[in-house]
Amino acid sequence: MLTAPQLTYSLLAPMMIIFGAAVIGVLVEAFVGKARRAAIQLTLTLGALTLSLLQLWSIRDKFSTTAAVGAVVIDRAGIFLQGSILILAIVAVLLVADQDNFVSKASAIPGSAEEAESIKTGDQQTEIFPLFLFAVVGMMLFPVSNDLLTLFVALEVFSLPLYLLAGLSRRRRLLSQEAALKYFLLGAYSSAFFLFGAAFLYGFSGTLSISGIAQAVEAGAGNNIFVLLGIVFISVGLLFKISAVPFHSWTPDVYQGAPTPITGFMAACTKVAAFGAILRMFYVGFADVYTEWRPIITTIAVITMIFGSVVAIAQRDIKRMLAYSSIAHAGFLLTGIVALNKDGLAASLFYLFAYGMATIAAFGIISLVRNSAGEVTDLNQWVGLGKRSPLIAGAFAFLLLTFAGIPLTGGFVGKFAIFSAAYQSGNIGVVVVGVLSSAIAAFFYIRVIIMMFFSDPQNDSVSIIIPTVKSRIAISTATITSVALGIAPSLVLNTATSFANFIK
Amino acid sequence: MSLLTTIGLMPLIAALIIGFLPKLNDELIKRVAFISTTLIAIASIFLATGFDRSQTGFQFTQSNSWISAFNINYAVGIDGISLVLILLSTILVPIVILATWHESDVGRWGSKVFYILILVLETLMIGVFAATDLFLFYVFFEAMLIPVYFLIGGYGSGEKSAAAVKFLLYSLFGGLLMLASIIGIYVIAGNQIGATFDLTQLAKLQIDDTTENLLFLGFFIAFAIKAPLVPFHTWLPDAAKSATPGTSVLLLGVLDKVGTYGMIRFCITLFPDASKTFTPYIITLAVISILYGAFMAIGQKEIKGLIAFTSISHFGFITMGIFAMTTQGMSGAALYMVNHGFSTAALFLIAGWMIKRRNSSTISDFGGLQRVTPVMAWMFFIAGMSSLALPGLSSFVSEFLVLVGTYARYPVAAIIGTLGIVLAALYVLIPVQKTLHGPITPGNENTTDLSLREKLAIAPVVAVIIAMGFYPKPVLDLINPTAEKVVTTAGFTDPAPQVRK
Repeated sequence: MLTAPQLTYSLLAPMMIIFGAAVIGVLVEAFVGKARRAAIQLTLTLGALTLSLLQLWSIRDKFSTTAAVGAVVIDRAGIFLQGSILILAIVAVLLVADQDNFVSKASAIPGSAEEAESIKTGDQQTEIFPLFLFAVVGMMLFPVSNDLLTLFVALEVFSLPLYLLAGLSRRRRLLSQEAALKYFLLGAYSSAFFLFGAAFLYGFSGTLSISGIAQAVEAGAGNNIFVLLGIVFISVGLLFKISAVPFHSWTPDVYQGAPTPITGFMAACTKVAAFGAILRMFYVGFADVYTEWRPIITTIAVITMIFGSVVAIAQRDIKRMLAYSSIAHAGFLLTGIVALNKDGLAASLFYLFAYGMATIAAFGIISLVRNSAGEVTDLNQWVGLGKRSPLIAGAFAFLLLTFAGIPLTGGFVGKFAIFSAAYQSGNIGVVVVGVLSSAIAAFFYIRVIIMMFFSDPQNDSVSIIIPTVKSRIAISTATITSVALGIAPSLVLNTATSFANFIK
Repeated sequence: MSLLTTIGLMPLIAALIIGFLPKLNDELIKRVAFISTTLIAIASIFLATGFDRSQTGFQFTQSNSWISAFNINYAVGIDGISLVLILLSTILVPIVILATWHESDVGRWGSKVFYILILVLETLMIGVFAATDLFLFYVFFEAMLIPVYFLIGGYGSGEKSAAAVKFLLYSLFGGLLMLASIIGIYVIAGNQIGATFDLTQLAKLQIDDTTENLLFLGFFIAFAIKAPLVPFHTWLPDAAKSATPGTSVLLLGVLDKVGTYGMIRFCITLFPDASKTFTPYIITLAVISILYGAFMAIGQKEIKGLIAFTSISHFGFITMGIFAMTTQGMSGAALYMVNHGFSTAALFLIAGWMIKRRNSSTISDFGGLQRVTPVMAWMFFIAGMSSLALPGLSSFVSEFLVLVGTYARYPVAAIIGTLGIVLAALYVLIPVQKTLHGPITPGNENTTDLSLREKLAIAPVVAVIIAMGFYPKPVLDLINPTAEKVVTTAGFTDPAPQVRK
């Protein structure tokens, strides 16, 4: 006779709320008339995210490895990561809700009469909301998965909606669809690597659970080659998601092709989720064989930092530039993995949150720069924006300085925290490279500031549109949070420190 | 809240007030900026009168927790050297505002933004000299770049945005190297005495030689870029040529002093052993800077470039005095920082007026100004004489102290350095002759002499230059105890004079 599995619903509730809302969202899409659909979807999404966050707050002190029969582990770091994802998603969904970025009818062929018709009648489909929620629930599950299969399922649950969302841009649809296809194909490829690695680890330890692998690694029973192969292949799958070099090649295309709010969401939340999972894998699962993997990850971190910073200099498109900047940031974040100490974990948690906020705000602002044909991402056309809209251009300049890590910004505090953790664990070389590539990176951030402020506008066709209330709330919240993280980082930093705890 | 913090906040409050003034009322904005900075200058003089010279520790201290996770504090305090540099900054700002009253009119964003940037910069300047927490210092040190960047890029002339970027990137690069060192010392502190950024605590650390040398270099290169020492100097002439005269005064007069100040406060205090190791090399660099700056200055055709290169030469003297590791050299270097601030201010302001009147900055375009504009010509002459360290003017005292202090330990360097004074006579007298004397160059006939506002602005500067030349004691009294303390805590004693039979 089969016994029903023991589930601790209160601990799983934050994820289940989102999942439930996503399913309801699909039903709403099917049954509610188009006039009220968008409002209902937005309310549902926001409500679910908020409710989930509240539930997460109420379980913030709980620990459990048995919440879902060992498949999920609830601990402090996991809760912090889930909270970060939810907060960032709440801000991002307000940007997503400005639907004029999205194709009105995804099934219509680009440029067809059907598409023109659906734009004319305002027949806007709203499947982005349930897709968004599915992605969020996958992201929440990813950093708390305690076995490799759950990890894989979570990976797919958040990746598939993102592949779709990346292809839903209203303007330049072919570019968007190309990006989506590229993302999907490379993503599928990296998933295969991930599974391959999981098989090796299973062969080594006889278990799929991360804590089980940790024990097997600690005991050092099996063949070390299998562990190393497993780590390498699993890392390929995970490093792909954070766009570390040499698994980064999708990033610029997808960042450029995807609808800008989705790029922001993806850049911020995917990083949190994927880094959460990587942190757990390496801090819990592979901590005892760090001599084996540390050189590899250090090398990748170094290459990623330098490559991202150097190649970004050559970019002429703001979204591509930020894509390479996000690659460089992935390199900085990898130093937190290399650090492998409690400070490194706390620093990574803070960094992810601060970076995510700034990223969403930055992409929010990018989506406001328009001409008659839509968004303008060509940097040459950004010339002189500071003169026309000093406030928004000023906010964008501040965000760029945050990315560059100038003091009094959250980016600086994060960088300081993560580098000092890496230094503490004796990885001084990676710190020096990190600091130098920050200097390189500063160049292209500052160049954008020059373009916006130090030159006169060349044509009048480009302007910053007046944002809708939703965008305005999202952008100002994210920007103000970024400012606060620079001037008074203590609250978030202390929270991150007290939540920097994985359990086995 | 200590008086020091209050003074540091005053410019920020003034900037906020200006932020709320109507944008088009330039005259009102300027008046508010001038009056508030004058008040700040008076307040800082009041601060100096309350300073207890008999103590060598930090005074007017205050410490509040800022980022508790890393034990970072808002910790400020001043000793003699930082006090005189704060005085220098707060006194120069109102002078600059008065002297360059119309500088902001033609800028990119109007006068409102200009004065807000200047005032924010003043807060940061006070903060950088007052910080006794290493992290706080770093924050001010880097944050200072942003207003200067916008001041050069937005209000300068010529290749301004290229110059602004060059300045920013050089400084950022140095700053980030320093950040690596700061992280290093923070981690070492964490292992030995618990995480802290407190300067007095950090000075007690025991660091092994290799690490100390590397950490020292991180700091030193950052400061050598700031107080441009050959070969880290190439940004300065560009920045000085492109910036407005007022910005140049603040840049060369105050901001670059952060470099030499940092060498005293951080390099020597935190890494005495490494300082000892590197001293010969640094002295060599300093001597090269003295000569190179002087030769380049002689060859300049452009008046702003000339002043920039003379400054490189002067910074060579200051660095030499600091790393001579004698009390005289140290006092002389600290005094030199103040004197150089005032003489550069005088040179740049007058040069700015000349350039504005003639619409050209080429030296050969001027000529015979002595007859057309006697007051301006005399002022330029005095400023020039101060730059070549004529006895009786302020720079002489400090240059003499530096050379005497250096001779006690490095006689060869001091002797070569003395050559710099000879060259100084050339680089000052040649342009003085070309611009002030001789026949009146066509185009100069109708040049107007200084207005009352300009006279009022330059008078205090020249007064300080002359007064400090004859009676530097009040400032030296402030500096000496601190200079002595720095030298002795770094483990040096003044070499005893040797007399041979």
